[in-house]
Amino acid sequence: MANADCIVIQGSNMAECHPVGYQWVTEAKARGAKVIHVDPRFTRTSAVADKHVPIRAGSDIVLLGALINHVLAHNLWFEEYVVAYTNAATLVNDDYRDAEDLDGLFSGFDPESGQYDMSTWAYAEGDGGRVSGPEGDPEHGAESVPEAAGQQLGSGGPPMEHARMQRDETLQDPRTVFQILKRHYARYTPEMVQEVCGIAPEDFAYLARSITENSGRERTTCFAYAVGWTQHSLGAQFIRTASILQLLLGNMGRPGGGIMALRGHASIQGSTDIPTLFNLLPGYLPMPVAGTHDTFEDYLDAIASKKQKGYWAEADAYTVSLLKAWWGDAATADNDWAYDYLPRLTGAHGTFQTLTSMLDDEVEGYFLLGQNPAVGSSNGRMQRMAMSHLKWLVVRDLNLIESATWWKDSPEIASGELRTEDIETEVFFLPAATHVEKAGTFTQTQRLLQWRHQAVAPPGECQSELQFFHELGKRIRQRLAGSTDERDRPLLDLTWDYPTDAHGEPDAEVVLAEINGRHLQGPDAGRPLSSFTEMRADGSTSGGCWIYTGVYADGVNRAAARKPGQEQGPAALEWGWAWPANRRILYNRASADPQGRPWSERKKHVWWDEEQRTWVGDDVPDFPLHLAPGTRPDPDAGGAAALAGDDPFIMQADGKGWLYAPKGMVDGPLPSHYEPQESPVANALYTQQRNPSRVLMARQDNLTAPSAGDPGAGVYPYVFTTYRLTEHHTAGGMSRWLPYLAELQPEMFCEVSPELAEECGLEPYGWATVVSPRAAIEVRVLVTDRMTPLVVRGRTVHQIGLPYHWGVGDDAVVSGDAANDLLGLTLEPNVQIQDSKVGSCHIRPGRRPRGPALLDLVAEYQARAGVTVETGNTRLDGPGGAPGPDPDTDPTTHPTREN
Amino acid sequence: MTSERTRGTTARTTTADRVVQSVCPYCAVGCGQRVYVKDEKVVQIEGDPDSPISRGRLCPKGSASEQLVNAPGRQTEVLYRAPRATEWQRLDLDTAVDMVTDRFLESRRNGWQDTDDQGRLLRRTMGIASLGGATLDNEENYLIKKLFTAAGAIQIENQARI
Repeated sequence: MANADCIVIQGSNMAECHPVGYQWVTEAKARGAKVIHVDPRFTRTSAVADKHVPIRAGSDIVLLGALINHVLAHNLWFEEYVVAYTNAATLVNDDYRDAEDLDGLFSGFDPESGQYDMSTWAYAEGDGGRVSGPEGDPEHGAESVPEAAGQQLGSGGPPMEHARMQRDETLQDPRTVFQILKRHYARYTPEMVQEVCGIAPEDFAYLARSITENSGRERTTCFAYAVGWTQHSLGAQFIRTASILQLLLGNMGRPGGGIMALRGHASIQGSTDIPTLFNLLPGYLPMPVAGTHDTFEDYLDAIASKKQKGYWAEADAYTVSLLKAWWGDAATADNDWAYDYLPRLTGAHGTFQTLTSMLDDEVEGYFLLGQNPAVGSSNGRMQRMAMSHLKWLVVRDLNLIESATWWKDSPEIASGELRTEDIETEVFFLPAATHVEKAGTFTQTQRLLQWRHQAVAPPGECQSELQFFHELGKRIRQRLAGSTDERDRPLLDLTWDYPTDAHGEPDAEVVLAEINGRHLQGPDAGRPLSSFTEMRADGSTSGGCWIYTGVYADGVNRAAARKPGQEQGPAALEWGWAWPANRRILYNRASADPQGRPWSERKKHVWWDEEQRTWVGDDVPDFPLHLAPGTRPDPDAGGAAALAGDDPFIMQADGKGWLYAPKGMVDGPLPSHYEPQESPVANALYTQQRNPSRVLMARQDNLTAPSAGDPGAGVYPYVFTTYRLTEHHTAGGMSRWLPYLAELQPEMFCEVSPELAEECGLEPYGWATVVSPRAAIEVRVLVTDRMTPLVVRGRTVHQIGLPYHWGVGDDAVVSGDAANDLLGLTLEPNVQIQDSKVGSCHIRPGRRPRGPALLDLVAEYQARAGVTVETGNTRLDGPGGAPGPDPDTDPTTHPTREN
Repeated sequence: MTSERTRGTTARTTTADRVVQSVCPYCAVGCGQRVYVKDEKVVQIEGDPDSPISRGRLCPKGSASEQLVNAPGRQTEVLYRAPRATEWQRLDLDTAVDMVTDRFLESRRNGWQDTDDQGRLLRRTMGIASLGGATLDNEENYLIKKLFTAAGAIQIENQARI
């Protein structure tokens, strides 16, 4: 970011939430870069930006789509980059119908399931057909995907049968991606931005001018976002829209460009790479799905075709190496490397589906590992009620968080919904070690692995997760020893011998070495792998996470590299280790022109050295090192050998940056604006009000407010959005127990504009009660002109800001009502994340009622608004739309149903 | 001007027995930390000026992280709440791990599914779930995913979905 000429921060309060990272924005600004903050609130980021642009929460695609339209309409796109490096010139097949043609739907929508058959979105085939996935047969809906499939594609995108695409490099054919893009965004205009986002035309013009003047050969613009973009019912499409814009402006793979995901936990990137997630195996390999991946061959074919371009074509080597790491000698060619030891998915099994399973008494035991869902997860009441259905709960944490004590001090105890003496759940609280009491790596937000050395031993009975799970695994295997039950084989055959120290702590470096992988045979047997390109599918290598291979090359822990920053260049390649291959900017081949020359001296990063016949530069080149710029591959080749000298996007099946996604995004090949699940206004672009593919959780304990002037919408007339503060960390488990931090931010509050305070009779620093269809919470009132009322579709929209760090419990230094109790659960269909950045509410002066009267207040609002389980949960809207789903038959309203 | 008393004081960082390089445990910027240890206790945590990411800086949370280690309310003992009980009781660690092992195996068995209704392999249990990982180390997440997958437990999630 320090290299950017313009930085747009949207969906993030970076100065508040990543203050030390923000020093690089400040550096850029000091050098003359323009910094623009687009956010519903004026925040600590806005205060140090050149300009703050207030926006209505959830309307970002309209703004970004209008910027795309502006760039296309005024010929401000980076022509040479776009033609060579993106799929702009690729032709899409004749059967594709756009949301512009179908009033908010794309071709292939099934109103019963809410899912798209993506086959009509495919690229055109030479004979007039379509380029399908390797499993083929688009005619029979073979590509209609189960709910979880979107995120299973991981970083590689969906597979392709081959990489021989039809292209028109004049971009004039109406079937080119470029022309489709133009038509799709033609109605996303500055006027529409004003109407939908509440942004003045002069602010739009400022933003458009800033990013276009600071993009091109000589200059680059970067975007930064956080959960203000992801936590929406179409969050993945927010980021897709920014990707399209950045590709058109030529800002991907270049210094000072890109789209920065500002992640919020020390190793949330690492826990995605080596996933404690239901749908992935390490390195973004999918978990197998019954019916799709029944055989090992099916599984590999679904990841990638051997004939597509790039490094996903070698997925067989990554998978076999993983299976060898886990099951050692028990993984053989004869048993498909123990592929059938892997359990199978049957749809989405995310945290919210598990939540409903708990409420249905289908889950007996639950581990909470440094996570506090009683406060930190949406619809807190559902979270706490679900835990009361468990047989046993293990909480591993530093402090007695609310998720450990809900059985005696939760809001449901106070309201009388739960009685401690009736709750059957056994609760184990196991104290955890802090970051300085164990060794290991965190992967931070730039994919950089940094090793932490152990400073002291954990006190008392505190343990690391490494020690606890190693010990649990040992005891499980001891109990099962001698079992002849086939289901126990994967546990008994598991490689689980890790050396421990005097305290029983396993050596984390041995685990890191297993993750890195090693040669298993031949003269190199035992030697650590240096790169994932050394992995083989014949069982001669092992490796627990292929993208991390190289972190332990030559037996050296590269995550522990600590050459001081002052002694290195800006890329600082000798501090920690970034995946993949210690590269700092992904797809950095795009920092040079198609001939391999830097686009400009000023933005030089990686380039082709003709004399040495190799790529060189300030970073590790993200390209086959000796693949010359002009190279044309054998058209029938696959994998890395199929890459042309100007295919910088080496993980995409066609080597190009995707302006248009021919498959892979379950809710559309191009981002389209839909209103949030709860919205004060009707969708100005399409009759379709909400994302038709969103995952519904239509339940009595998860009601939705009426939207857009529907009867009862006036009962919850205000928009609320939730956020973090510098002084606290998420649900407070690591901050509300610290006296220093508790004192800095002691109390739950809301931010409201003077106009809204006037309208509702709110007193500064007095109490107010915020009511949604799920809950009512009390907050202190902060009246501030940092909140701006916006005029949207002819009416004034008031937004309320709510930090979410406090929770109800007796153990923390400070406690308070939890903002997450107000939120409902409707999920984004690609990644199954909740829409927690925008909701509807009412606010009134005074504290909330105590005891059962609190439930009466919430029920009184629900009755007045007339909300039912069906409210807001219709799939299609408007005259052309079918009636809403029957919640008993719509599969997505019962996400745990196996379909 | 400083007082005599101030001049007579010594920073804890200068009298530490050793300094250990670490990384801040809060957000994902990954600021470098120096952990000062005396008599096997953490006495102070400061920003690491050598880090090319943070250049010695820490935010209020990172600056307070010594208190995360030494917080007065931090729990260092195992606690157990029996069904219908109104209070915690103490339990020793070894017993607790044994009890969790028993329950893990029983719930795994109770929620076991060999195949789906079309006879396709599932080889999994729906009886056990887990949430957490974004605050943990890669090595820890690796062992958790490895053990749970081998046990057939698929409902494993963390903050990345939240």
